Amino acid sequence: MAKVIVVTSGKGGVGKTTSTAALGAALAQRNEKTVVVDFDVGLRNLDLVMGAERRVVYDLINVIQGDAKLTQALIRDKRLETLHLLPASQTRDKDNLTADGVERVIDELRKSFDWIICDSPAGIERGATLAMRHADVAVVVTNPEVSSVRDSDRIIGLLDAKTARAERGDRVEKHLLLTRYDAARAERGDMLKVDDVLEILSIPLLGIIPESMDVLRASNLGAPVTLADNRSAPALAYLDAARRLAGEAVPMAIPGEKRGLFSKIFGRRAA
Amino acid sequence: MSIFNFFSKKSSAPTARERLQVLLAHERASVGHSDLVAQLREEILAVIAKHVQVDGDKVKVKMDRGEQVSTLEVDIEIPLKAGVRAA
Repeated sequence: MAKVIVVTSGKGGVGKTTSTAALGAALAQRNEKTVVVDFDVGLRNLDLVMGAERRVVYDLINVIQGDAKLTQALIRDKRLETLHLLPASQTRDKDNLTADGVERVIDELRKSFDWIICDSPAGIERGATLAMRHADVAVVVTNPEVSSVRDSDRIIGLLDAKTARAERGDRVEKHLLLTRYDAARAERGDMLKVDDVLEILSIPLLGIIPESMDVLRASNLGAPVTLADNRSAPALAYLDAARRLAGEAVPMAIPGEKRGLFSKIFGRRAA
Repeated sequence: MSIFNFFSKKSSAPTARERLQVLLAHERASVGHSDLVAQLREEILAVIAKHVQVDGDKVKVKMDRGEQVSTLEVDIEIPLKAGVRAA
């Protein structure tokens, strides 16, 4: 059965689009039909991170307004045939993003995909609330930094109040994805630790993505992190997170955590 | 001075953690609270409007949260010429 995931955060620049692309590609690599949907009308970027910016013809708003069929707007990834993108529009007014229209599109996507991943815009305005509206699962992307944690807390409140599931007395499954984590700085006491953030937000942990040059490198190339170099530290962390989303029990490792001399010598391959 | 600095430069993460805990405890309470007040205001207005014509802007609902008791203050301005609807 299809699952709708919203990737959200409140705060901008914490890694929603990067995470949407990386998780989408990781799920598609499991041979499950996946579509990533950009809800950032007016400021679309998922197409660029996915390397499909020159293939956009129709977009989400065109489909909502009936100017194009859903199949015409969907872009199939050139690397993975199970991965698809539904881009946002670049120029149109975001008032065209209607609740009814979004519901129709999501319902139609549910018929032909296993995973529907909605990339939310920053903020708590309409674009963000519509992106989370039909979600079964929410991935709350958070940096170990005060303003990001505060905004995530607000978003968690909205997920519990303003979603279709919440309104019918059900709940959205919420997961924390901690991004740009630097284990060495956390160890020195100069960055919130994983446990600090978990204790404050009290939602289960989906994954810890280390701060890494590989993330910028992947977006420069127009490839999801998990496709650009599937052995890089952030790619491994995203691949594990995707397996957890799919229901597998994967032990949590803190990437870059200081290891003893013994494991440094003998545990090289694991790094 | 430099030695003093070396010893006094404490790690910043515990401060971040503490500030967040205090702030969020407050914000979680107040966000829920403002929703409650808005809802009360709307429902009170609906009840009054059944009997008297009132201007939506002239209804003030204020809540003060105290340690032991909270008070709900409702202030409704009813104009003299407001028609009393069929009782």
